[in-house]
Amino acid sequence: MTNVLVCVKRVPDSSSEVVLTDDGQSVDGRYAGFTMSAHEECAVEIAAQVTSGGDEATVLTLGDADAVEQLRASLAVGCTAATHVVADPQRFGPADVAREIAVVVRDHEAQGRSHDLVLLGNDAADSGDFQVGIRLAYELGRPVVNGVNTVTVADGVVTATGSGPDGHETYRVPLPAVVTILEGGVQPRYPTVPGRMKAKKVPIEERTPAAEPTGPKRVRLLLPPPAPSNVEILGTGPEAAPAVVDVLEKLGVLAR
Amino acid sequence: MILVLVETDASGAIEVSREALTFARSLGDAGGGIPVDAVVVGDVADALRDQLATYGVRTVHRVTGDAFTSYAGAAWAAAVQEARRQAGSVVVMAAGTPRGNEVIAHVAAREGVAMAANVLSFGGLAPFVVTRQVVGGAALEEMRLDERPAVFTVAGHAVEAQPAPARADAALVDCAPAVSESDLVARVVSTEEPEPDLSGSLRSARVVIGAGRGAGSADGFKDLLELTDLLGGSLGVSRVVTSLGWRPHHEQVGQTGSRISPDLYIPCGISGAIQHWAGCSSAKSILAINTDAEAPMVTKATYAVIGDLHEVVPAINEEIRRRQG
Ligand SMILES: Cc1cc2nc3c(=O)[nH]c(=O)nc-3n(C[C@H](O)[C@H](O)[C@H](O)COP(=O)(O)OP(=O)(O)OC[C@H]3O[C@@H](n4cnc5c(N)ncnc54)[C@H](O)[C@@H]3O)c2cc1C
Ligand SMILES: Nc1ncnc2c1ncn2[C@@H]1O[C@H](COP(=O)(O)O)[C@@H](O)[C@H]1O
Repeated sequence: MTNVLVCVKRVPDSSSEVVLTDDGQSVDGRYAGFTMSAHEECAVEIAAQVTSGGDEATVLTLGDADAVEQLRASLAVGCTAATHVVADPQRFGPADVAREIAVVVRDHEAQGRSHDLVLLGNDAADSGDFQVGIRLAYELGRPVVNGVNTVTVADGVVTATGSGPDGHETYRVPLPAVVTILEGGVQPRYPTVPGRMKAKKVPIEERTPAAEPTGPKRVRLLLPPPAPSNVEILGTGPEAAPAVVDVLEKLGVLAR
Repeated sequence: MILVLVETDASGAIEVSREALTFARSLGDAGGGIPVDAVVVGDVADALRDQLATYGVRTVHRVTGDAFTSYAGAAWAAAVQEARRQAGSVVVMAAGTPRGNEVIAHVAAREGVAMAANVLSFGGLAPFVVTRQVVGGAALEEMRLDERPAVFTVAGHAVEAQPAPARADAALVDCAPAVSESDLVARVVSTEEPEPDLSGSLRSARVVIGAGRGAGSADGFKDLLELTDLLGGSLGVSRVVTSLGWRPHHEQVGQTGSRISPDLYIPCGISGAIQHWAGCSSAKSILAINTDAEAPMVTKATYAVIGDLHEVVPAINEEIRRRQG
C-alpha cells in the first residue's frame, strides 16, 4: 500500500515568447497560456504508475482559482484525489510553499491518509528555485532524493535512479520519503476520454493557506536584452550545399 | 569569508566550479578583499591544491570520512556547514550543477535562510542583490539576499573561469563534520558507468547535428544520421522529438536535456525555443537549417540555410562525399 502525494505548479507556457506583467513581478501567461512543468508531468506519471494497483495518488497545487486546470489534467492521467491550496502563488516564496505542503501532509495524516511518498519536480519551470522539495523534506523530517527520473516502490522501500556526474546512480530509501523528479525516465501518458470524464467528477479539497507567507525575495523580473542577429545566410535549398561545406572546411570540422 | 563548494573530477576542479571561484573572487574584491575558501569532498591531490591556489583560494577545507564514500546530499550539506563554521563565512556558494543546487538547497534549509539558484551577477552589496536566471533563461530575476549566510549557486558560464592575478596559499585543513544517521538515509547505493556513446559523447562532441520537429517522423533521421557520421559528430534532438518517441531522451539538448558546447552545432528543423537554446547557447558556431527564415534559431545562428532539411541535408552529404573523393 503506497499513498502518494504529487505537487504540481501552474506556470505560464514559456515555449514561445515570454512577456512580463506590468509590475515586473511575474511572467504574464495571458497570451501563451498555462501549463505545468515537464518534470512535474513526469512526477504525475510516476505517481500514477506507483499507485496503479489501486492505491491513492493525490495531486496538490498551491495556486489561484484557475490552477484547478492543472489538478484536473493530473486527475485525467491517473491521480485519484486532489487538494487545492487556493492562494496567489506570487506571494509565496519556496520556503512558504514547502511549509504549506507540509501542513497538508500532516493534516491528511491526522485524517488517516498518510502520504508515504511525496513527489515534486526538481525545479519549477517559472521561478526555478530548485528547493521546494528539499525544504519540504526538512519540514517533515524525512529523507529526500533529488533529481531522479525513475521511481519504484516495493516492501516499503523506494528505489530511485537518475544520472550523476559519474554515471547512473541508484538510491534506496525506506518510506516515508520525498523524491524530486527530472524529466526523462518515463513518458507521460495522454489523457483518454474516459479519463477526462472521470477527472471532472472527482471532488477537489479546497483549503486556504495555513500561514501568512513571508514572500519571495524578488525585487523584480527583467527580460534579457535581445541579441542582435548577425546571421550569415548561406543560401536557399539544396543549392546551398557547397557553401555549407565551405564553412565546414573553414571551421576545420570536416575530416579528410 | 566566502566559501565555495568545489566539485572535482579526475582532472581537478570542474570548469563550472572554477567559474564559481572566479565569481567569488570578484565578490570578495567588491567587498574590499574578502578571502575565498574552498570546500572539497574527497581527497585533495597536490595538483588540485595547486590549481585552487592559482584561483586565489586561501584555505581548502578537505572533507573525508566514512560518511563520504558515496554521495548523500544532506551529508555534503553538513560538511559545507562545518567548513563555514571553520571559516566564519557569510557567503556560501557553489556552481549551479545538479549537485551544487541540491547541496546548497540543503544548506539553505538547514540554516533557515533563502537561496538563489543560478545567479549570473551581483549588484549592490548592501543590500546584497543578485540577478539570476529564471524561466529557463528567458527572464532574469533580481533577488535580495539579506540573511547571513547569503546562499546561492552560480549559473554555468555566467562568468569565464580565470585564475587570480596572484596565487594564494590554498592551505589544507581537515574538515570532519558530525554527520547524523538521518543525513545518510538518502545516499547513492550504486553507480553504473555511463554507457558509452550516450549523452557523454554528446556533451563532449566537437560537432553536434541537431534534429527537431522538422525531421517529420521517426523515419526522418536517415540523412541526419549520415551527416552525423560523415562529420564524426553526435546527434542531439529537441524535446518534441523525444516526447513523440522518435529518438531517446538521452539525445535531448536543452534545459531538461544535455547542455552541449561543440565547435559547431547544426540544428535542422529546430525552432530555437528558449529551453532548447539553454542547452546549445555555448556552441562556438551554429549553422541552422530551417524552412523559416524568422525562426529564433536562424536569427541567433552564425550561419543559416533556408530550406527543407530533407533536401538540404542530402545535398550536403553528397557534397562532402564528392570533396572527400
Ligand atoms: C519546462 C520546459 C522545459 C523544456 N525543455 C526543453 C529541452 O530541454 N529541450 C528542448 O528542445 N525543448 C524543451 N522544451 C520545449 C521547447 O519549449 C520547445 O517546445 C521545443 O524545443 C520545440 O522543438 P522543435 O524546435 O523541434 O519544434 P518546433 O518548435 O515545432 O519547431 C520546428 C521547426 O522546424 C522547422 N521546420 C519544419 N519543417 C521543416 C523542414 N522540413 N525542414 C527544415 N525546417 C523545418 C519549422 O520552421 C520550425 O522552426 C521545454 C519546454 C518547457 C516548458
Ligand atoms: N505553488 C506550488 N504548488 C505546488 N507545488 C509547487 C509549487 N511551487 C513549487 N512546487 C513544487 O516544487 C517543485 C520545485 O519548485 P522550485 O523549488 O520552486 O523550483 C516544483 O517542480 C513543484 O513540484
